[in-house]
Amino acid sequence: MTREEVLQDLRERFDEDILEFLDKSPTRIYIDIKAESIVRMSLYLFRNLGARFQIASGTDMPPHIEILYHFIIEDINLVISLRVMLDRENPEIASLAKEIEAFNWIEREISELLGVTFTGHPDPRRLLLADNWPECVYPLRQDYEEWDETADRTRGV
Amino acid sequence: MGKTIIPIGPYHPLLEEPELFTLTVDGETVVDIDMRMGYNHRGIEKLSEGMTFENSTFVVERICGICSTSHPFAYTRAVEDIFPMVVSMRAKYIRTIIAEGERIHSHLLWLGLAGHFLGYNTLYMWAWKLREEILDVMEILSGNRNSYAMFKPGGVRRDIKTEDIPICIKKINSILPTLNMLKKAVIDDPVLHARLKGIGVLSYQDAIDFSALGPTSRASGVARDARKDSPYGAYQEMDWNMIVTQNGDVFDKAVVRILEMFEAAKIMKYCLNNLPDGEIDAKIKDVPPGEGIGHVEAPRGETFHYVKSDGTNRPVRHKVRAPTFMNLPTYKATVIGQTISDATIILAAIDPCYCCTERVAVKNDRGKMLYNGQDLVGLSREKTEKIRRRMVGR
Repeated sequence: MTREEVLQDLRERFDEDILEFLDKSPTRIYIDIKAESIVRMSLYLFRNLGARFQIASGTDMPPHIEILYHFIIEDINLVISLRVMLDRENPEIASLAKEIEAFNWIEREISELLGVTFTGHPDPRRLLLADNWPECVYPLRQDYEEWDETADRTRGV
Repeated sequence: MGKTIIPIGPYHPLLEEPELFTLTVDGETVVDIDMRMGYNHRGIEKLSEGMTFENSTFVVERICGICSTSHPFAYTRAVEDIFPMVVSMRAKYIRTIIAEGERIHSHLLWLGLAGHFLGYNTLYMWAWKLREEILDVMEILSGNRNSYAMFKPGGVRRDIKTEDIPICIKKINSILPTLNMLKKAVIDDPVLHARLKGIGVLSYQDAIDFSALGPTSRASGVARDARKDSPYGAYQEMDWNMIVTQNGDVFDKAVVRILEMFEAAKIMKYCLNNLPDGEIDAKIKDVPPGEGIGHVEAPRGETFHYVKSDGTNRPVRHKVRAPTFMNLPTYKATVIGQTISDATIILAAIDPCYCCTERVAVKNDRGKMLYNGQDLVGLSREKTEKIRRRMVGR
């Protein structure tokens, strides 16, 4: 499939799931979608279009938490980023880890660094943070404050 | 028979960086594996959000001592993706030269370690000796053996001098015969065949499901390479081959890496011979709001950076994904069902990121050697003796 065919296919198939289509450059597409559509669309991209899952990235943007799922279709050199906006007070989204192994670690990482709950994750343990890190302290949130008074992280930039 | 749990790590001679593998074994066979990371978590993404776009280049360079080019390369590409910008051809060629030099020395490092883990220390010594030569080339080109500090958003920081080019090409040519010998020592060695073939197989389907990257996936028949698929730098300017093998075992992963070194040498030589003239820096002033993605093929696979800007001089979000993040979970597919004695080399086969060592040579300003190797050994013994005396005297 060419680039135009892929985009046309996505537009028609997921008409109700897509909120906005941003054609940024020949190699980049951003698609804003509803949070409940993420599993459906990701599986279609991964299984039917042969896209490789690159990674997901989460950003805290009060009053939302934004998650971008980056896929690449290498045959046409196109990075497709699916964007979902979650409510910051109660961020929750369906997990893809039980369907595709590649989502396992990054969902664990986003859940501990940003406090997003991935419902249905088969292994929701911590990935990076230490065991003595307190619950409900999320280092990548904007309002993060140092909880450890002995830590010295001053830096001269 | 009962099951036994064998922990490898967090601190273990096999792992030069802390990480915990919990192997469950039934007799000799590994039946389950669990991984625990995070002992090395430094919060670089958070740190980078407090830095200017220019300074972040140096921070990401220090994510890894071996991939010290691939991270700044991916980061600068991400910044350049935020808004349309033209990077000069000369800068692209220089970036490519540095990236391929890094690939050669990283693969040699891995080859040496793999030989060491197998008890084949001759290979280890040869590979690391050869690695010195390519590090010398990198030192001539960038001034550093590692952490080259060559990259900046919009171009490169340092130009390559015309008079250095013949010296570098001569050095690269001089390592090729030894590299050929190493290739024969691995590919034709009956002991390595017996030890590595059919061990730790990652199937094509698993490589896809885990989204494995780089040599780890190319050894399983996945013909994917960011240098070919999403051309960047100067890679589309010349002919080179993507190395793909089909078996997915440890042997094939070694073969892919060895053959890639020849391709890397070819690319380096082409770029040095055909280095175009021009500016090396686009001199960007402000980064407008927006977001950018940069992905490059590091020695271990695709490195991915995502940068989001809000129009100030600092990124509001900077996401880094190193290839090992995607490759490590493939252990679940490769180690289970293998014997415990093979677990070591299977864990090493994806080339998890290690740090590296430095060497000493003392010279005066006219280039005359003040100490040779023998003198340094003598100095070291003298120092040990001094410490011993001090400790006894206490």
